[in-house]
Amino acid sequence: MNEFDDVVNDFLVESHEGLDRLDRDLVQLEKEPNSRDTLSSIFRTIHTIKGTCGFLGFSRLEKVAHAGENLLSKLRDGEFALDPAITTALLQAVDAIRSMLTAVEAAGNDGDKDYADVIALLAKLQHNALRAAGAAPAHSTVPLPALPAREPAPATAVAQAEPQWDPVQRAAAAASATPVASAGPADDVHRAVAGGAVTDSTIRVDVVLLDSLMNLVGELVLARNQILQHTTTQDDSVFLATCQRLNLITTELQEGVMKTRMQPIGNVWGKFPRVVRDLAHACGKRVRIEMEGEETELDKTIIEAIKDPLTHIVRNAIDHGIELPDRRTAAGKPAEGVLRLHAFHEGGQVNIEIADDGAGLSVERLKAKAIEKGLVTAEQAAKLSERDVVQMVFLPGFSTAAAVTNISGRGVGMDVVRTNIERIGGTVELSSVHGHGTTLRIKIPLTLAIIPALVVSSGGARYAIPQVSLLELVRLEGEQAKKRIEYIRGVPVYRLRGTLLPLVLLNRQLKVPGAGEPDVVNIVILQADGRQFGLVVDEINDTEEIVVKPLGKHLKGIAAYAGSTIMGDGRVALILDILGIARMARVVGERCERALSKQAETEERAEEKRHTLLLVQVGSRGCTAIPLTDVARLEELPRDSIEWTAGRQVVQYRGEIMPLLWLSDEVGCERLGSDAEETLQVVVHSDGKHQVGIVVDRILDIVEEKLDIQGAGSVVGYKGRAVVQGRVTDLIDVAAIVARHGALVGQS
Amino acid sequence: MNTRQQYCTFQLADLFLGVEVERVQEVLRYQEMTRVPLAPRMVEGLINLRGQIVTAIDLRRRLELPAREAGRDPMNVVVRTPEGAVSLLVDEIGDVVDVEDEWLEAAPPTLADDGQKLIRGVVKLDNRLMLILDAERAIAAPGAEAPGL
Repeated sequence: MNEFDDVVNDFLVESHEGLDRLDRDLVQLEKEPNSRDTLSSIFRTIHTIKGTCGFLGFSRLEKVAHAGENLLSKLRDGEFALDPAITTALLQAVDAIRSMLTAVEAAGNDGDKDYADVIALLAKLQHNALRAAGAAPAHSTVPLPALPAREPAPATAVAQAEPQWDPVQRAAAAASATPVASAGPADDVHRAVAGGAVTDSTIRVDVVLLDSLMNLVGELVLARNQILQHTTTQDDSVFLATCQRLNLITTELQEGVMKTRMQPIGNVWGKFPRVVRDLAHACGKRVRIEMEGEETELDKTIIEAIKDPLTHIVRNAIDHGIELPDRRTAAGKPAEGVLRLHAFHEGGQVNIEIADDGAGLSVERLKAKAIEKGLVTAEQAAKLSERDVVQMVFLPGFSTAAAVTNISGRGVGMDVVRTNIERIGGTVELSSVHGHGTTLRIKIPLTLAIIPALVVSSGGARYAIPQVSLLELVRLEGEQAKKRIEYIRGVPVYRLRGTLLPLVLLNRQLKVPGAGEPDVVNIVILQADGRQFGLVVDEINDTEEIVVKPLGKHLKGIAAYAGSTIMGDGRVALILDILGIARMARVVGERCERALSKQAETEERAEEKRHTLLLVQVGSRGCTAIPLTDVARLEELPRDSIEWTAGRQVVQYRGEIMPLLWLSDEVGCERLGSDAEETLQVVVHSDGKHQVGIVVDRILDIVEEKLDIQGAGSVVGYKGRAVVQGRVTDLIDVAAIVARHGALVGQS
Repeated sequence: MNTRQQYCTFQLADLFLGVEVERVQEVLRYQEMTRVPLAPRMVEGLINLRGQIVTAIDLRRRLELPAREAGRDPMNVVVRTPEGAVSLLVDEIGDVVDVEDEWLEAAPPTLADDGQKLIRGVVKLDNRLMLILDAERAIAAPGAEAPGL
């Protein structure tokens, strides 16, 4: 690379930073047209770009910058006021400069497009504005240069007092001017560099160098772990003290190097005011963006990874979320919508909330959409809880926008957002109140390189589980281990505080023999994709900070692993991909999601009609089946807990009064002498709001069967009959039975 | 003018094999290995090579030779690839041999190689024959064609 290239490169880097700042400043200026600080900053930036590209011989680029500068200088001198048309034209000029810079980067010259239209527009606006200003002086809106600016920053005061400033002063002003829009530390760095490096306190460092430093520190952490493990067998006090020091220094070094890669999230947010402004204008909406916690720092790689998802969410919020001004006023809300971004650290993670005060999601509309798209059947939709429905926006091919706009609504998006965020170990949650807005909560790790993990053993080998997915640990011993794990046709489940949790045996998933202590079951309760499950492992060892290393190409395709790491003893351990394992074990991707995924649809056509059924005994009739989707929980309640109210039997259950129905009464047969028994077998059904306990005589089994339902709809309370496990079985229609007692349920 | 090429040699069952010396990063005695459940058959495990995690490929399995006798630890021939180092597990490490171009012959078409073309040629040494292993293809998963060959 020759010297000229170096100069051009510096120019490119500086100019790109300058343009990003221009975007922010221009939007800011539109909000506060009287802010002289902002105006000066804009003028300086564009002036610098113009000057440098003239020097480097990029004449087309210079012309555009010059036209912009002309217009700006008139603005700065208060000859006319800023209006949206001028802002738009200036932003267009910024875009033109940006694309020319891209051309410079790619081809070494400023391209063959001269953007005459942009230049002409700028000139025309200037002309018109001057004429208008001449007719009716805009004194009321723009302070004259002589008037003191509101709270002028010292540097700007210099600039104002001395319009013909020399380069040194300009550099000083640029370096110390208080940034108006946002002022993360990195922003100051950019400013200092763009202004000609007056300050020696910051330097530019190649990211590659930082990455290699990070890797080296990772190695050091591993070596430290190894030494620390070795110290347990030593009693040389000097050696031990030295190790302790090494330990501390390594930790501090690790933190220090991590910090060098940290960037404030404001670096990503910085472009949002412009995005919001442009989009809002395009949609005819009025939106104000509020940001809090811009200084929250994140690892560079994570910043890169969340850039696109965040932009997508912001665009979505404006396009779909916030309503048109007249509709907002009609709904009793201020015409201007608010988009609020909030970032903060919590529990070693970064939380980002994106909230709008728009229309929110309509559960009914979502359901209708899902049915229309064939993602769920009307029957399934009726059973989905509100939470499940809202989560459907994350499904591939789902879009709720009534009209497809050029901004969004093509049905790609939220699923990609979720995939991208989960890829970096984050989670997305969406909550929405119809009519009041939508909030998206993103949780992401601070860094990807070194993560806390739980180390477990299975089949004689150790595996690391990232702690982000970890909820709790359960250890069952002796009798408990036998009793508390229940099997549903060979599929183990565990009742965790009343909720049935599917268990996944790690040994079985990895196809390795088990090697745990007999009579002990260790369950790691994990969360993946919003669903909980228990992972049964042979042993739970310890928690450890691990350095994530990618797997080689032979192993990349295995869904069960997210990477590998080196443990304290120098041996390699695999990092489990919890989402991957959950998918392998089909813990997630069930229910609506299974039916929803287009790909799965073709693969699992054969399974399409498979239903999971709870088989119960009712009276002497033998097998009766309840679809498992209608079952919230299975409970054993003591008979003496039954109370009477208004001639109905109820129990107190989880702080609610839950009505009880006897299934045998409902289907018209005798109870099977179960009156004598001490406990009631209760199937708890929930319609999302109310719970009903359905008492059965005995719970037999849970089966998955391909159903060929016959006689559907012939008798109320029955869905029909089908052959289940070789026997003709009645299928109970829980919803219909509960509906018969509508008033009763409503009362509870 | 004859050109020479150096080969790093090793023994694998009854085969005497060689890999271009420039491709070999290092040779190591047996390293502790972490097995990878669900991995392709040819992958024996992962080893820690001074902080680098390297995939070890059992060359016997790759070449469909009988399994190594129990109790006999394999040696590592660590080969550079564009995606990082990969270790080939072999029985014994041999010398580095100088080979003149003219000693090299194409592998006889009768060579049992299951059409995978892992053997690129045969070198007639004084006392024995050395087979030249196409490391790239040996490392690539069976069925996947090595790029550029």
